[in-house]
Amino acid sequence: MTIETRAPGALDALVASGRRRRRLPRVNPFAWLIFILGVLYFLLPLVGTFLHSIRTRPDIFLAYRQVFADSKFFVGLGYSFAVGVITIVVSLLIIVPTAYWVRLKVPRLRPVVEFVTLMPFVIPPVVLVFGLIRVYSSKPLVLTATNIGSDFVLVCAYVILSFPYMYRAVDTGLAAIDVRTLTEAAQSLGAGWARILWRVIFPNLRTALLSGAFLTMAIVIGEYTIANFLARTQAFGPYLSLLGRSQPYTPAAVSLISFGLTWLAMGAIAFLGRGARTRVQVAGAR
Amino acid sequence: MSFLELTGVQKHFGPTVAVEDFNLAAERGEFVSFLGPSGCGKTTTLRMIAGFEVPTAGTIVLDGTDITHRPPNRRNVGMVFQSYALFPNMTVGNNVGFGLKVRKRPGDQIRKRVHELLELVHLGDKLDRYPYQLSGGQQQRVALARALAFEPQVLLLDEPLSALDAKIRVTLRHEIRAIQRHLGITTVYVTHDQEEALSLSDRVVVMSEGRIEQIGTPFDVYNFPATGFVASFVGTLNVLPAVVVDPVGGGLSVAGQAFRISRPVSARPGSTISLALRPEMVSLGEGGGENVLRGTVADVTFLGSIVRIRIAIADGVVVTLDEFNEPTLVLPQLEASIAISFPAEGPLVLESVPVIEPDELIAEA
Repeated sequence: MTIETRAPGALDALVASGRRRRRLPRVNPFAWLIFILGVLYFLLPLVGTFLHSIRTRPDIFLAYRQVFADSKFFVGLGYSFAVGVITIVVSLLIIVPTAYWVRLKVPRLRPVVEFVTLMPFVIPPVVLVFGLIRVYSSKPLVLTATNIGSDFVLVCAYVILSFPYMYRAVDTGLAAIDVRTLTEAAQSLGAGWARILWRVIFPNLRTALLSGAFLTMAIVIGEYTIANFLARTQAFGPYLSLLGRSQPYTPAAVSLISFGLTWLAMGAIAFLGRGARTRVQVAGAR
Repeated sequence: MSFLELTGVQKHFGPTVAVEDFNLAAERGEFVSFLGPSGCGKTTTLRMIAGFEVPTAGTIVLDGTDITHRPPNRRNVGMVFQSYALFPNMTVGNNVGFGLKVRKRPGDQIRKRVHELLELVHLGDKLDRYPYQLSGGQQQRVALARALAFEPQVLLLDEPLSALDAKIRVTLRHEIRAIQRHLGITTVYVTHDQEEALSLSDRVVVMSEGRIEQIGTPFDVYNFPATGFVASFVGTLNVLPAVVVDPVGGGLSVAGQAFRISRPVSARPGSTISLALRPEMVSLGEGGGENVLRGTVADVTFLGSIVRIRIAIADGVVVTLDEFNEPTLVLPQLEASIAISFPAEGPLVLESVPVIEPDELIAEA
C-alpha cells in the first residue's frame, strides 16, 4: 500500500485544474465521427467530380474551356435563368398575397394551405408533366403545340414546384413581423390593400423573399424531367443530360460551374438580406 | 348631436359577448378614456371605432356621418398602438408622412407637415433615423406624430404607454394630454391603468365584462362610483360589512361599534350591507369626523410620500388609511390600541358588492 503525499497547495492546484477541465466542452468522439462522415459525404462527390473533369490530357482544363466555348451552355443557362426569373415573379405574386391573407384573415386555413403547397413533394414531376401534357395538348386549350405555349406550361409547372419553398420562406418572414398590427396601422393611415402589400409587407419580407427566390432559381436551373418532356431541350437540365451522353468530361465541369453559381447565389442572399434582418430583429427592442 | 356617437353598439364573437349595448356621446375636442380590466371589451370597442371590427349591432356616427360599415382606411381616424407599429422599412420621416402620401398631398406640403409634427413630439432631429434606432418612448412619439399628421377627426390610443417604463410613461402621458389640448382633437384612450385614465381624461368610461359600469368625470368616477365594481376597481377601497340599525337616520354598526352616515339606507334594520370607505377619508385619532371606530394596529407600510396603516376593527374587519409622510408624523406601534375617525359623508353604500371574506376586505385596483 502506498500513501501518496502532495506538497501543500498541490491539492488546490489539482482542484483548480479539475474545475478548468470541467469548464471545457466535452469532446464526444461519436459527434466527431458523424461530423467527419458528413463532411466526406458532401465533399467526396465534389472532389470526385472535379478529379473526373480534369482527366483530359494534355490540357487538364480542356473540359472547362469547352464549356465556355460552347454557345449552347450560355443559351441553356440564359433560357433557364429567364424561366427562373418569370417563375419567381409569378410564384411571389401568388404566394405572398395568399400567405399574407391566410395569416391575417383565415389563420385556421394555414394547415390546409401548407398541405396544398406540399403537393409537389407528393406528386412526382413526371406525373405532373404528363398530367399537364394530357390537359394542354388537346382541345379546348392546346398550348403544347407552340414554343411559346410550351414555355408557358413550363413556367406554370415550375411555379407549382416552387410552392413548398416559396410558401415556407414567405410564411416564416411573415411570422417575424407583426403582420396584423402593421396592416392595421397602414389601414388607419388610409392605405388600401395594394399599397399595404407593396409598401409595407413586401419590403419587410426582403430576406424571406430572397431565400424563396434563390431556392426557386436553384430548382429551375437544375430541373430535367419537366423541361425534357415539354421538349424544352435548350433548358439547362436537358442540355446537361445531353452533354453527359456525348462527352465524358464536360458534364463534370458544367456541374461544378453550376454548383459555383449556386454558391454565389447563396452568398448574394446573405449579403442582400443582411440589412433587412438587422432592422427587423432590433426594432422595438430598445 | 355629439361629434362621436356610439349607439347600442354590440359585438359578439360566436357565443361570446365582447361588448354589450355600448352607448357613448363624445363632444368635439373631448378626451374620453375606456378603463377596465383585461377582457372587459374596451379594446374591442376602440377597434370598432377604428373600423377593424364590425359591430354585431348598433351604429357609430362621426360628425353626423354613419361610419359603422365604412372600411378603416376611409374613416379618417388616427390610431396609436401599444406595440408602436412603425413601419420598420421606413425612416421616421417616411413613417410620419405615410398618411399624407396616401392622400396624395404635394411633396413640399408633406415635408412641412412632417417637420411640424416631429417638432411637436420633440423629435425634430430624428427625421432620417429608422425605428430600430430609437428608444421605445421615441418610437411611440413617432407613432403619435404619424397618427396626427393627416389631421384625423378622431385620435384613438390603444394602451399606448403599456410597453414603456414607469418614468417615460408619466412624461409621455403629460405630453399626450398637452398635444391633445393644443390640437383640440377628439381622443379615445384605452387603458387598464386607473391613474392614467383619471389624470388624462375629461370623462372616463369604466367597463366590465363588455358593459359600461359608469361614464363620468374622473372626479365623479372616483368619488361617486355608480356600482360596486367601479368602487373597487378605481382607487383603493375599504369594504366593511355594516349592520343596519336605523335605516332612515343612516345609523349603522361595525363589530358592535355604532356610527352614522349622511344619507338614509334602503335596507331593513338588522340586515348587513357593504360599505365602501376610501383610505383618504379616514384619519388617525378622533379629530377626523363625527364617526369614531376603535381597533388595533395590524400593519404599517412605508410607501414613500405616504404611510399606509391597517387597523383591525374586529376579527376579519380591517380598515386601511393613508397618512402623509411628514417629519412630525409619529407612527403607531403594531398591536397598539387606536382610534380612527371619518365624516358621515365618507362611506358609500355598495349594493352590488357582497360581504366578502376577511382576506379580500381591502380591494385594490
